[in-house]
Amino acid sequence: MATPLLQVHNLNVEAGGNRILTGIDLEIAPGEVHAIMGPNGSGKSTLAHVLAGREGYDITAGEVLYEGRNLLELEPEERARGGVFLAFQYPVEIPGVNNTYFLKAAVNAVRKHRGETELDAMDFLALVKEKMKLLEMDDSLLNRPVNEGFSGGEKKRNEILQMALLDPRLAVLDETDSGLDIDALRIVARGVDSMRGAERSFLVVTHYQRLLDYIVPDHVHVLANGRIVKSGGKELALELEEKGYSWIDDEVVKEAR
Amino acid sequence: MIRVEGVPGLYAKRFAELETQCSDDGSCWLGPLRQQAMQSFEAQGFPTTRLEEWRYFDLGPLRKTELHHVHDRERVNLRRETLAGYHVHCLPGALLVFVDGYFEPVLSATRSLPAGVEVRDLATAIRMQPDLLGEHLGRYAQVERNAFVALNTAMLYDGAFVHVPRGVVVDSPIHLMFVSTGTRGPTVSHPRTIVVAEEGAELTLIEDYVSTTDDVYFTNPVIEIALAPNARLEHYKLERDSKKAFHVAGMAVHQERDSRFASTSISFGGHLVRNDVSCMLDGEGAECTLNGLNVIGEHQLVDDHTRIVHAKPHCTSEELYKSILDGFAEGVFNGAIVVAKDAQKTSSQQTNRNLVLSRHALMNTKPQLEIYADDVKCSHGATVGELDEDASFYLRTRGIDADTARRILTYAFANDVLGRIVIEPLRKTVESELFAFIPVGLDTKQPC
Repeated sequence: MATPLLQVHNLNVEAGGNRILTGIDLEIAPGEVHAIMGPNGSGKSTLAHVLAGREGYDITAGEVLYEGRNLLELEPEERARGGVFLAFQYPVEIPGVNNTYFLKAAVNAVRKHRGETELDAMDFLALVKEKMKLLEMDDSLLNRPVNEGFSGGEKKRNEILQMALLDPRLAVLDETDSGLDIDALRIVARGVDSMRGAERSFLVVTHYQRLLDYIVPDHVHVLANGRIVKSGGKELALELEEKGYSWIDDEVVKEAR
Repeated sequence: MIRVEGVPGLYAKRFAELETQCSDDGSCWLGPLRQQAMQSFEAQGFPTTRLEEWRYFDLGPLRKTELHHVHDRERVNLRRETLAGYHVHCLPGALLVFVDGYFEPVLSATRSLPAGVEVRDLATAIRMQPDLLGEHLGRYAQVERNAFVALNTAMLYDGAFVHVPRGVVVDSPIHLMFVSTGTRGPTVSHPRTIVVAEEGAELTLIEDYVSTTDDVYFTNPVIEIALAPNARLEHYKLERDSKKAFHVAGMAVHQERDSRFASTSISFGGHLVRNDVSCMLDGEGAECTLNGLNVIGEHQLVDDHTRIVHAKPHCTSEELYKSILDGFAEGVFNGAIVVAKDAQKTSSQQTNRNLVLSRHALMNTKPQLEIYADDVKCSHGATVGELDEDASFYLRTRGIDADTARRILTYAFANDVLGRIVIEPLRKTVESELFAFIPVGLDTKQPC
């Protein structure tokens, strides 16, 4: 097996004195798609945000290695430039900042870090329009302020657009499917699917199995009460869909005894 | 009785000089107006912070600064090249330049104005057009309400006069540039501007305060604006004084029925800056929009006092004031809305938003609504906040560094006021001033 792209060892996270994640272990090899499923409040989004570098969490134990380096000591922008991407569950609206300006600033920040030449307005526009076509996004979204007044589906597509532009090695999708109707879901999933490759890995955080019909995972982990209580192949997602999350609670209780 | 702090002798001296020379410059007919203003100024004195209206505006530093007036004979000959860097790039239209308070015809240009439109220095208008001027001068800016309006009126000598006849539309903006040079040391000037738009007339006016010095001086401008029925004025004020300057300004607008007034005031400069704005909506259907953006740091203070009086029914007013405060800067917004008893169906909206970038910066904001009518729609809101952490994190997860994220969000905060600047060259100039404060790497230098 190839060297893992991401290694999470015994990760313990608290916020405001509350324990949110307890002893998370996770390894993702290049090209793999891992899904993290779990009920609300299980700590799924916390894991996603900790990987992206959000402040306000205390890492009380454990480590996270990305490409063999300590990820947790890097600033959010350093992680992004290094190839870690987080698609937000709730993309932030930024009134007053034009979407094109934002996308171009992001792309060029990452390109600069990689030693590539920065794109000028023309080249950037050509690139962004090509990617938008795949996501069936309207060009008018380029001239609007970032996410402001976007519908739920437009916001999620804008996230995937950013992912496509920034070309990450590790993409963390935080409940990208939540709140999407089936058509939007299909478009978003197609965008993600088109980016799968031997060098790119995905961590797909979701509450519903539905997304995994379109983005078929290599591994599925079930998160409950801040711990990974079960791991398995893609069939585990189907099992969850069938039985719901309640049986996990039973297993957790059993385990505690 | 309120004890009046001593009025500095330079103003009494200047007042006496103006009286003496009036027969030479043809301004003797202003005598009674100046005298009344001088008396009012002497009675009021410089306001102290004990007065509610001046609570946050400590004039101590101004009182302690030794200033003088530039005399006619010691006018500064400013070179055209010196001024080139201060122009609003690519701006068409008439330009009047004032240097240390005096009109400078060599640097000005009033070509291509529609027939009948007058754009000239006030000194000439005082000499040539006492009748027209007499109808408006001192009628809207009231000396007894404000000591600095009184001071300006007592020192009345030069400034700008703009007159647009009935039904005439002036397409290109009229640019008034007030330059302080500091060449003659710490000086004081009191430019007065009178704008008269007759029925159905339309124009755009830019008041622009610049300096070729980084040192101290005091500018005390007053502008009076009279809008006849259905007249329309788009007004801009760009204040980019020296960081040591004192700038205490008054603007009084009188609006008749169906007239429209929209003003956007931008402040970057000055040590102590005060804008007293008063709009009298004195005819049904009149509309008044006041926008403001202050971008200040260090120990700068900008104090905006606005007062909109809805005297007649069916008038609309809207205010959007924003401040960005860094360093030890201090901002004041005091927005008074007065709705008279008979001014039914008034619609009035006031918004004041402030971004505080440093923990030493301070904002004082106060809405002041006096509503005597019962069928009105009036709303107001004020916020003082820091940069949005969620937005900053979002930008950073896209590879944008923390410092750039901060600049982008600061720019974004200012953006809706910038968007109200309709004249593209002016907006570019304001943007480049803003980028000097918060560089975001946007290229604003474009050909005309």
